[in-house]
Amino acid sequence: MALDQIVDGLSEVSCDVLVIGGGTAGPMAALKAKLKNPKANVVLLEKANVKRSGAISMGMDGLNNAVIPGYATPEQYTKEITIANDGIVDQKAVYKYAQNCYKIVEELDSFGIRFLKNENGDYAVKKVHHIGSYVLPMPNGETVKKALYRQLRRARILISNRYMATRLLKSADGRIAGAISVNTRTAEMLVIKAKAVILCMGAAGRLGLPTSGYMFGTYENAANSGDGYAMAYHAGAALANLECYQINPLIKDYNGPACAYVAGPFGAFTANNEGSRFIECDYWSGQMMLEFYNELLSGKGPVFLQLKHLHPNTIEEIETTLHKVERPTRGLFQQGRGVDYRKESIEMHISEIGFCSGHSASGVFVDDNARTTVPGLYAAGDMASVPHNYMLGAFTNGAVAGVDAMEFADNHDFAEFDAADVAVERDRVMAPTKREDGIPPNQVEYKTRRLVNDYLQPPKVTRKYELGMRRLAEARQDMQEHMIARNAHELLRALEVQSIMDCADMAVHASLYREESRWGLYHWRTDFPEKDNENWFCHTLLSKQDGKMTSEKRAVEPYVVPIADDEKDLYDKQRIRATA
Amino acid sequence: MPLASYQTSVPVVVDDAKCIADKGCTVCVDVCPLDVLRISDMTNKAYMAYDECWYCMPCEADCPTGAVTVNIPYLLR
Repeated sequence: MALDQIVDGLSEVSCDVLVIGGGTAGPMAALKAKLKNPKANVVLLEKANVKRSGAISMGMDGLNNAVIPGYATPEQYTKEITIANDGIVDQKAVYKYAQNCYKIVEELDSFGIRFLKNENGDYAVKKVHHIGSYVLPMPNGETVKKALYRQLRRARILISNRYMATRLLKSADGRIAGAISVNTRTAEMLVIKAKAVILCMGAAGRLGLPTSGYMFGTYENAANSGDGYAMAYHAGAALANLECYQINPLIKDYNGPACAYVAGPFGAFTANNEGSRFIECDYWSGQMMLEFYNELLSGKGPVFLQLKHLHPNTIEEIETTLHKVERPTRGLFQQGRGVDYRKESIEMHISEIGFCSGHSASGVFVDDNARTTVPGLYAAGDMASVPHNYMLGAFTNGAVAGVDAMEFADNHDFAEFDAADVAVERDRVMAPTKREDGIPPNQVEYKTRRLVNDYLQPPKVTRKYELGMRRLAEARQDMQEHMIARNAHELLRALEVQSIMDCADMAVHASLYREESRWGLYHWRTDFPEKDNENWFCHTLLSKQDGKMTSEKRAVEPYVVPIADDEKDLYDKQRIRATA
Repeated sequence: MPLASYQTSVPVVVDDAKCIADKGCTVCVDVCPLDVLRISDMTNKAYMAYDECWYCMPCEADCPTGAVTVNIPYLLR
């Protein structure tokens, strides 16, 4: 049987805890669940291959948010993340992360992942954030996936590669019952009954369209098509603050990170065309991105990451890290253009939009135990709502989810789902394979994502959003009635397009709901240009209620770490002021 | 509407002389996060079947014989 040929099949298996997504949070969640109860069955389901899947496919150049004793305290970190998010933070989850992450760093160290240490043997933490120091370089960061995989094998986690989860199953009383998935190479369907399910399915990184002419950018792993957001939505889980988009400063055309977090601590900085600094701090926040945007439009652009003023040895050190880990093709790209960091600055640009709480705050709503609003359903990593949680947050919150989910599974039996739900989903999944003639998935995807760029990229204009909504509805109709998939690989892409379409609709809905501007460029509404703390100092939760997309307000939980009035706007002061 | 395919130069290049897919190796096909590599029915060597790459490099890094090269494709260069 040739790969990609469609096989019509349906089978069913069961496990105690099902982890969906084998990138960063998923492996850690699976490992912790299994260690919590070694007798239980833990299945790790992955759309690609756990060996090389997710955002850290080729490793990572450093921890961006490590709270290391002696350098920072959980209180400081919680305060910084609260301020960076304009105050819209449930601090409990952030504080818990900050308390737990050092243990995870030590555990990763014991797996063989090395972190930069100084001559005294202490972790060499660097400053990138506006206020505190939390960045810890990883000189052998390319080993992360291999080290994780070893642990998974040792713990006897059941790994199922090349299965894409498409929908969650629930019981009549609303408890999680499992998931439906499809093999990406044969289109055979697999129902997995589970007592608890953990979603670790990454960002919605294929929402806006890169301008390169290719559909896939180089920043997010293009497998991160927002499937987790879509699945959580259709299961009735609440999604938080989706209007707080993720937008990044990336290398122009390459569409990947430059990366200021690596180079900044050595003295590199973001400069305008005059070679001057214009932002106080290179840490990614909506306020920083707004100044970046303003500079590009002011006539003082292009904007660059500047290294050429540094000592040649320092540049060499930065270059080695940048060209070896995370995105090794960075080096190839710069070589191809003849860019030598010693002589020339790196031209930067603003990315298209996405959802990702790894860097902003848009994710499936979770509490400090990684629980979503659906009993038995958990989420961690880039798709869960703990803000700015980066790779270490995915590991740390993945661990929290794994332990809590296993406790849930130990105390519950399998929930019963309706077999009709599986039949309905099977029809939906296979529909593009049943058509003789129609539109291929890549064209539906291109059109959808072009509409996202044309109508949804901030600044957000109400009229544009209303038009975008109409155009997207037309594209959705085409997708539902005319999209074809001629083999299993095309079916994988066809299913991803449906996730992208759902995310685009959610982006519109969430953005129109919050009638104020907040988080700098991430939610700049020209029709409501001011921050309105009186009416909008709250989370927004989006969910499917009676089949309809609905948004509501949710109060910010009382702070664990108080913020003084004169600290609240520290991230609003990103632009460098001219001094006499 | 009928479908046509259009020409595109792909980033992943496999050196057939070095590739040992004909001996049963499937490493690059296995690790690719976007599942775009396949073994050719005609040559029994690995090749890029779908132009859907994000230039992440596991295919090149994990190839046991150094047969795979990831290039920056034309439009990105």
